[in-house]
Amino acid sequence: MSRLHVSLPGLNMKNPILPASGCFGFGKEYAKWYDLSVLGGITIKAATLEGRFGNPTPRVAETESGMLNAIGLQNPGVQKILENEIPVLEPFNIPILANIAGSTEEEYIEVTRQISSSPQVSAVELNISCPNVKEGGIQFGTHYKSAADLTRKVKAVSEKPVYVKLSPNISNIVEMAQAVEEAGADGLSMINTLVGMKLDWRTGHPILANKTGGLSGPAIKPVAIRMIYEVSQKISLPIIGMGGVSTAEDVLEMMSAGASAVAVGTANFVNPYVCPEIIEQLPKLLDEIGVENISEMTGRSTKQWKTPLSSR
Amino acid sequence: MKKHLLNVASNIEIARNIFEMKLTGPGVGTMTTPGQFLHVSVGNHSSKLLRRPLSICDVDLDRKEVTLLYRAQGEGTKQLSHKTMGEVVDVLGPLGNGFELAENDPNRKALLIGGGIGVPPLYYLGKHLKSKGIEVTFILGYQSIEDSFYIEKFNEIGETIVTTVDGSLGIKGFVTDAMMDVMKDEPVIYSVGPAIMLKAVEERAGGLRGYLSLEERMGCGIGACFACVCPTDTRESGYVKICSDGPVFKMGEVVL
Repeated sequence: MSRLHVSLPGLNMKNPILPASGCFGFGKEYAKWYDLSVLGGITIKAATLEGRFGNPTPRVAETESGMLNAIGLQNPGVQKILENEIPVLEPFNIPILANIAGSTEEEYIEVTRQISSSPQVSAVELNISCPNVKEGGIQFGTHYKSAADLTRKVKAVSEKPVYVKLSPNISNIVEMAQAVEEAGADGLSMINTLVGMKLDWRTGHPILANKTGGLSGPAIKPVAIRMIYEVSQKISLPIIGMGGVSTAEDVLEMMSAGASAVAVGTANFVNPYVCPEIIEQLPKLLDEIGVENISEMTGRSTKQWKTPLSSR
Repeated sequence: MKKHLLNVASNIEIARNIFEMKLTGPGVGTMTTPGQFLHVSVGNHSSKLLRRPLSICDVDLDRKEVTLLYRAQGEGTKQLSHKTMGEVVDVLGPLGNGFELAENDPNRKALLIGGGIGVPPLYYLGKHLKSKGIEVTFILGYQSIEDSFYIEKFNEIGETIVTTVDGSLGIKGFVTDAMMDVMKDEPVIYSVGPAIMLKAVEERAGGLRGYLSLEERMGCGIGACFACVCPTDTRESGYVKICSDGPVFKMGEVVL
C-alpha cells in the first residue's frame, strides 16, 4: 500500500488530497487539464433538490491573500447531477464526496436519500455552513441543536457515511463538533468560509452584488488550523481539513493539527495543477522529516508536544 | 489550453493607464483564435491571488509573440504594469471560445464595435476578417483623447470611426451614435465592451447577425467556480458561464 494512502469512513483514498466543494465544479472542468485519477478523491459542487441560479454578479472579489465569493449554491439540482455530472467521473475511479445543501430539513433529507443511493457516491458532505444564501443551511450550522437534529435525520436516510461541514462563523466550534458527533456524524469537514465584505473606497459600494461573501484562501489558514487543532482533541471523528491550503507544506501542517485528509479550494483557481503538484511533492517532504506513512502525520501536533513549547 | 511561462518582451504605457504588453514563448503558437483570452498571474510574490482575464489583442506566430492591452486600474493590473523586459509571466490559455468568422456572409462586410478596454480583441479579429477578404469597419469608443489608443493600427485594417464621450476626438458621444450610417450595408456585427454598451449595440443592430464578447469578474477562468455566469433564455440550464461558454456569444443568446 502506498505511503500516501489514507482511509476514512467511505473514503478509501490513495492520497489525502481532494478538491474542496465549489472549487472544482463537477470535476469535468479540471479533467481537461489533467488526469483526475491522480487525486485521492473529489468533492463535487453542492447539490440542492431543485436547480438554483445563485446570486447576481459580481460574485467574486479579491482580498489580501484571499478572495470573497458569493456564488449562492448554483447547481442544476440533484437529479441532473446524478444523470449528467456524476457519470462523467466514473472513468477516474476515485471516491466521490457529494456535498448536499438545502433550505429545509426535508430538502436535505431528500437530496441525501437520492444522491447517497448512487453507487458512484462514496460519502456525503452535509453543508450546513454556506454563508452566501439566506436559506443555504447556515441556519442549521450556527445552532448546535439544529445541526444535531439535521445530522440525525440525514444519517437515518443516508446509504453512505455522512461528513458534516462546519462553519467557522460561530463562537464555539468544539461544542458544534461534539453536537454533530453525538448525533451520529461519521466525520467532519472543516472549515467553510468566513463571512467577509469588501467595499469600493471610491463609491462606498460593496463589490459583491450579495454585499457579503465567504472569505477563502491563505488568509484563513491559521483559523482553520486552530479550529482543527481544538476540535480534534475533543472528538474522535476523522476530520477532512480545509481552508487556505495551497502547498504540500500546508497539507502536512493541517494534518499535524488533526486532519486525516485535506481538501484544496481556492488554490485550484490560482493554479489548476495545484492538486497533482501537491501530491507529487508530499513524499519528498515526508522523507525530509523521516515519516514513512502520511497517516502518521494526523494529530502530530498533540502527539509530539504534550506541553506548549513556552513552558518547557 | 495550458499553463505557459512567457517572457516579457515589452510593457509600455500607450495611453492614460493603458499598457501594451508583449509576451513571447513557445506557448503562443496555440493562441490563434480571435476573441479568446489569457488568464494572467499578476505576480509571484503578490498578495493578489486571482488571475486577470486579458483578451488577446494580437499574435505574431513567426515571432511567437502575443500582445495584451490592459488598463492598470486595480492593484493587480498596476502590479502587472511594473513587469519589465525579461521577466516571466505565468498565463493560462488560450481560454474561452472566440469569434466565429463570418466567412460565408453574402455581404462580406463586418462592423466591429469596441468600447474602452473592450477594444483590443477587435484588432486581432479585424486582421483575421481582412485576411478572409471581408471589408472591415471599426467603431471605437473612448472616454477622451487621452484614453484613446491603437487608432492608426486599426486604420491600417479598415475604416475606423472614433467616438469620445467628451468630444475631444472624433464624434462626441457613444459608439451607438455612430452605428446607423454603417449599418445600411447590413454587416455582421462584432462587439466587445461593458454590458450596458453591448445591450445598446444589440438594440440598435435590429435583426442583424452579430456576436458579443462579455466581460465579468472571474474566479477560475475555466468554468469551475460559477462566478461569471449570465442569464440566458436559449439554454436549458438558464445560464451561461462567460469564461468557458463564452466570452463570445451570438447576439440575442444572453440576457444583458
